[in-house]
Amino acid sequence: MTSAATPTRWTRPPLIRNAWLRWGLYLGLLIYLIAAASTLDVNWQRVLDGLGNSWRVIGGFFTPDFTTRSRDIWQGMVESLTMTVTSTVAGCLVSIPIGLGAARNIAPLPVYAVCRSIIAISRAFQEIIVAILFVAMFGFGPFAGFLTLSFATIGFMAKLLAEDIEDIDEAQAEAIRATGASWWQVINYGIQPQVMPRLIGLSLYRLDINFRESAVIGIVGAGGIGATLNTAMQRYDYDTAGAILIMIIAVVLAAEYISSHLRKWVQ
Amino acid sequence: MPVTRLDHRNLWQRRTPLTQWAIWLGWLALAVLFVFSWQVMNKNTIWLFVEDAPRQAADLLSRAWPPRWSYLDKLWGPLWDTINIATLGTVLGIVLATPIAFLAARNTTPSAALLRPVALLIIVSSRSINSLIWALLLVAIIGPGLLAGIIAIALRSIGFIGKLLYEAIEEIDGTQVEAVRSTGASSWQVMDYAVWPQIAPAFAGISVFRWDINIRESTILGLVGAGGIGLQLQSSLSRLAWAEVTVIFIVILATVVLSEWVSARVRAAII
Repeated sequence: MTSAATPTRWTRPPLIRNAWLRWGLYLGLLIYLIAAASTLDVNWQRVLDGLGNSWRVIGGFFTPDFTTRSRDIWQGMVESLTMTVTSTVAGCLVSIPIGLGAARNIAPLPVYAVCRSIIAISRAFQEIIVAILFVAMFGFGPFAGFLTLSFATIGFMAKLLAEDIEDIDEAQAEAIRATGASWWQVINYGIQPQVMPRLIGLSLYRLDINFRESAVIGIVGAGGIGATLNTAMQRYDYDTAGAILIMIIAVVLAAEYISSHLRKWVQ
Repeated sequence: MPVTRLDHRNLWQRRTPLTQWAIWLGWLALAVLFVFSWQVMNKNTIWLFVEDAPRQAADLLSRAWPPRWSYLDKLWGPLWDTINIATLGTVLGIVLATPIAFLAARNTTPSAALLRPVALLIIVSSRSINSLIWALLLVAIIGPGLLAGIIAIALRSIGFIGKLLYEAIEEIDGTQVEAVRSTGASSWQVMDYAVWPQIAPAFAGISVFRWDINIRESTILGLVGAGGIGLQLQSSLSRLAWAEVTVIFIVILATVVLSEWVSARVRAAII
């Protein structure tokens, strides 16, 4: 007696088990893609014209011109780098008390709520939008950029620091507390040694991010290399723009390399 | 153990005097660097404008509030464009990044000496240039519009998706690959039945995560002419119509919060 129903071929289970849901999702995706593509409205003639001229832009990368505008490039780079350093230091300093306040295991509820909302506000708005507002308030230049990057750093660092403090080994803090230590002493001897290596690692990582962002916020007038780049593009000076982009990539690579080594050394 | 004797008692300290000095020196160097940078940075700052800031801020707020809600009607089209830029850009980014990730992963690359460095270089240069700068370049090449935005988002996504995906590929369990290979499977079948199922959840998670970031970034691409709601933002800003700017900010914030919620839900369902 043979059972004809035994399948001899194995097929793997699909990602989404419910067939209706699966095909519904596929259909929805297809409809969306068609709708999106139909409203795309691309001027293909302009694109073709542009592609013909694209060698001028791409050629800028191969014939970078560092010299003609060297003063502007130098000034933009110095602005970007100093902005990065000052905003990282200031942002980290401000984020430490906020991070302490946003850790549920050491802060009372009202303080926790206030600090968490500061973090939420800082993280909700991206750098460019904050930069637009700060430029309107404080005028053009790197000072507005410094404020923007510091503001963004606060949300990033305070959130990660708070999560770190919430994850510490509670026994060590308890041991310090049992010796009759005050709140400050608990922070200093029970918590700070546990989070310090990661705090330094995170600030180095943020230094990296801040440089990348400083290359962008110049487009809305907040100083730095982004402003120089935007000017070069508007002058159709693609050789200078290529030189600036190469310098940005080089600095980002160097910063990433150095900070990853420093982080390994600290941790 | 750094213990010093003081008045016939043992005094314990956490560090030896030498490390303590080195650490202080490090902090001092940082402080010096900060002060120096501060002075260089603010050489051209006009402090009069900075002192003026509270008044400017109050002025800005009085112009920006109440928001001009009637302007909302004109924003639905640009908002749809923005979402399309982010979604189509992410899809294009995924399509381009997946093969690059397989070339960059040490265990799947066909040639570790030649193709792997090239793939890594593509990933690194895509990552170090912000999507706004990509958009700036692309607007210069193919002209303003949605297409420049989509390609800018895609180019920036290659680095992000490629990096996370190739790290996921390098972390797969080799024994499963070995098992499928020992059945006599071809290299494509090994890919399909041993490698792909192991990275599929990571792949979906990374894609949705990047989509969420791309929604955020596509809202401002219009500032350099690459379409979407940023174009509206740019025109309102240059007309100093702050009441409209407020409406745009609120729309952007709502979109970003919504996309973050969607992406968190999807990732929670997958992983």
